[in-house]
Amino acid sequence: MWTWLHRLASPPGFYRFAQALAPWLYGVAVPLLALGAYGGLFVAPPDYQQGDAFRIIYVHVPAAALSLGIYTLMAAAGAIALIWRLKLAECAVVAAAPLGASFTALALATGMLWGKPTWGAYWVWDARLTSELVLLFLYLGVIGLNQAYAEARAGARACSWLALVGVVNVPIVHYSVVWWNSLHQGSTILSLDALRHPHISSDMLWPLLLTLAGFFLFFAAVWLRRVQNELLAREGNARWVTELHEHSAGTH
Amino acid sequence: MSRRQRRMLTVAVLVIGVAAAAALGFTAFRKNMMYFYTPSDLLSGDLPAGATLQLGGLVEQGSLQRGAGLEIRFVMADCTHQVPVVYDGVLPDLFREGQGVIATGHMGPDHVFVATRILAKHDENYMPPQVAKSLKTADGRHSCAPFKSVYQPAPDSVTARIERTSP
Repeated sequence: MWTWLHRLASPPGFYRFAQALAPWLYGVAVPLLALGAYGGLFVAPPDYQQGDAFRIIYVHVPAAALSLGIYTLMAAAGAIALIWRLKLAECAVVAAAPLGASFTALALATGMLWGKPTWGAYWVWDARLTSELVLLFLYLGVIGLNQAYAEARAGARACSWLALVGVVNVPIVHYSVVWWNSLHQGSTILSLDALRHPHISSDMLWPLLLTLAGFFLFFAAVWLRRVQNELLAREGNARWVTELHEHSAGTH
Repeated sequence: MSRRQRRMLTVAVLVIGVAAAAALGFTAFRKNMMYFYTPSDLLSGDLPAGATLQLGGLVEQGSLQRGAGLEIRFVMADCTHQVPVVYDGVLPDLFREGQGVIATGHMGPDHVFVATRILAKHDENYMPPQVAKSLKTADGRHSCAPFKSVYQPAPDSVTARIERTSP
């Protein structure tokens, strides 16, 4: 077990692991997303008060869940990078930030498009919307900080510190609708209360679970590919990269 | 203590320190970060008279009256108190009796809240129309629970009234 983990944590070991796993993740994510989108758009009944406008939930909730999940992952990788000085963890932090920023932007954009026809406003400064916007700025800060360093390892370590400082915002976003009065509604599926008795009828729930799973697997696949890229960029002169290159050139 | 343990300690102290600072700050400024006040807050006298603020609550069943043009009057209620509201303007599609709304405006001298903007605050329950119809009362669909008073702690009877709303 430990030897396996050690081998996985080494750049060539992880590169081969990602190379084998990523296509499978894409292969599962795309059908899940297609099925979830079909279910959400055509099979699920319209909501009793929001009509068809509620269907944006099938993109909004997975994007928002990922925006928090990716940040938590980035902070965990950041802690590993800072404590154990693991090159792979540094790559994981740097590779996750643009993806997190994209999903946060998607959550904000779909939320605005949902808010206008239901609430009556694209944007209000309530606790949930404001803290999610802060999350986007944190991601952008990590991206900018990384690019401000000429030396990749120093940049990744600075990003790890920022990721760790910003992780306090993750519970704030999640519990903002509980701790403060807000325009945004409470959690439909990701709360203790909702786990006991769902706040969404089952014929509307299953497409949401499919798109949720699809979004997470899709992220995982893209993230693995991005970590591979980071490893190649940093280890371009290492022997395992040369061997990899010769190997793939030989098979052509 | 090895260098790795020292780094571990630094990371732990940083995360805990930032979390503690955030917790203290947000506790101190909790009341300032509320998006809306409730009728209870408005009637308690804790708010400056005539101040422009956001007021949130449910549109009381049977209270909606339409006047000339776009003017409407209705009663907004949280779990314990009610405030009459007058508004002249465009309403969101979800506005209806029993629905949660947030009105921006100020308390007029005649103790009627004069709103300049109204937003709908829908809840986290989603269901098809047939299921919603099978729920006995329209009141049962929307709970007053999300409209928590900023100044008063919720009385026990209120927590008891927060019951399941979706099937």
